[in-house]
Amino acid sequence: MELADLTAHELLELISKKEVSPQEVVKSCIDRIEKYEPKIKAYLFIRNPEEIINSVKEDEPYSAIPIAIKDNILVKGLPNTCASKILANFIAPYNATVIERLNKKSLNIIGKTNLDEFAMGSSTENSAFGPTRNPWDIERVPGGSSGGSAASVAMGSAIWALGSDTGGSIRQPASFCGVVGLKPTYGTVSRYGLVAFASSLDQIGPITKDVTDCALLYSFINGYDPNDSTSLNIEPYRYSPLKGDIKGIKIGLIRELLGEGVDPSVKKCIEDSVKIFEDLGAIIEEVSLPYISYSVPTYYILAPAEASSNLARFDGVRYGFRASGKTAEEMMSNTRGEGFGPEVKRRIMLGTYVLSAGYYEAFYLKALKFRNLIASDFRKAFERFDVLISPTSPTLPFKLGEKVENPLEMYLADICTIPINLAGLPAISIPSGFVNNLPVGLQIIGPVFSEAKLFEVAYAFEQATPFHKRRPQLGGISYGV
Amino acid sequence: MLSIEEVLHIERLARLKLTDKEREMYRNQLNDVLNYAAKLDEIDTSNVPPMYHVLPVSNVLREDIPREIFSQEEALSNAPLKEGGFFVIPPILGGEE
Repeated sequence: MELADLTAHELLELISKKEVSPQEVVKSCIDRIEKYEPKIKAYLFIRNPEEIINSVKEDEPYSAIPIAIKDNILVKGLPNTCASKILANFIAPYNATVIERLNKKSLNIIGKTNLDEFAMGSSTENSAFGPTRNPWDIERVPGGSSGGSAASVAMGSAIWALGSDTGGSIRQPASFCGVVGLKPTYGTVSRYGLVAFASSLDQIGPITKDVTDCALLYSFINGYDPNDSTSLNIEPYRYSPLKGDIKGIKIGLIRELLGEGVDPSVKKCIEDSVKIFEDLGAIIEEVSLPYISYSVPTYYILAPAEASSNLARFDGVRYGFRASGKTAEEMMSNTRGEGFGPEVKRRIMLGTYVLSAGYYEAFYLKALKFRNLIASDFRKAFERFDVLISPTSPTLPFKLGEKVENPLEMYLADICTIPINLAGLPAISIPSGFVNNLPVGLQIIGPVFSEAKLFEVAYAFEQATPFHKRRPQLGGISYGV
Repeated sequence: MLSIEEVLHIERLARLKLTDKEREMYRNQLNDVLNYAAKLDEIDTSNVPPMYHVLPVSNVLREDIPREIFSQEEALSNAPLKEGGFFVIPPILGGEE
């Protein structure tokens, strides 16, 4: 193990005991970038190494802990492409609120990470600048859309990262890359400065190597922000050391997310996890959420509808790429046609269709009703259970190119994570085992504002298992590809 | 099955210029997704209220007090074409450039 393999809280302790210097930590991460980034391609922009080292301040311990930021979260003065040609030359003129909060702690931003264009996708293959590879097996995808952030942490080039999650975009890549990812309760983390995809579903959240780091980073970024009208003015989560006592806690195993379409090896992993929770004194029962099976069609109406409206702003007038055209309208249509990639266009077309006259009620309104049914399924389940569990992804990390030709199949990869966004709930994905040296994630879901409880349950599991200590064998990366 | 005319109509509404090849591809793919979405017709939802938002808050407004956020220069810093403090675009109505 090198310094780049450790967690933030481990490194902070070593630094405070003066066993390592802050510069050594930062250099260890930069070294990882130099060695492995050419194969993994987790980043779209990397700050100058000298600048990163110079950002270390002796009296600011967090400045020694490099963080990677998904390239749809604005960092003033840095590029923000959303992995799209349409924003290829865009420089962020202001900081997202989460960045302002990280700056208060002097966190050291190492770079901006790759994503599916505008966060639309589950494999990071929809990036206009090429795909990111999974550090556990570079033939496979890192998941998406925050695949760059998850891979950056798994490869040790950053100690932790921020991603965004609209239908699983933090949790599924965390699962595929063997790290921890949290989708917070809707409204607890400001979306100001996050490029909007589907505003009623988007949340920013942490990607880390263990649950303690996740709780720490979440404590930095959560809290009320008047610049986001959907930010909730409630008492924020504050970090306190996790205990992991879950004796007597009631856990529901979601039946619908362990059925058809779930890889048997993933299912076996989750069943093993159930035994671990039982040994820890938790009470586990199966629970049925019947409307959950309607989540994918509901999501793939609502999310594109919101996206088609949000992405109207990319018209070649005020920023970004501009194509030619004799009239303003022709210029706009050409700009969007040439500037957006295939998946973004697909979703704009779909969203425009379901919102158009004559189809609004049959599709959009209908999906809003299902959103209500799905949310009430969860409400009922939480009357009986403290938390619910499921796989994070129904499959192991798949190979590059495997699902690109079939959008519907790619959409079905999100079955376990989508319902949580529709209901606005918090959920965390943690490593729960390995199959053929590929990580499997366990998803733990709680009622709104139950992050503190999610951390305790996840921490109890983590401390009873060895999976969070495992790191990809980067030295063994095959360079033949 | 969506017709090509319908695809053209959506394309126009979305201000999104597609190629002939893309038009045919999206026609097929949108059909797949919409057919899949027909799964929602399995359940009678006539008595279910739509859920527009998960938060119990609405009409969040702030006082309309002017404040300095961007300078004109900053606001124009990413503009593809600008002149004299304005964004420059082609004519709104048809005609010569």
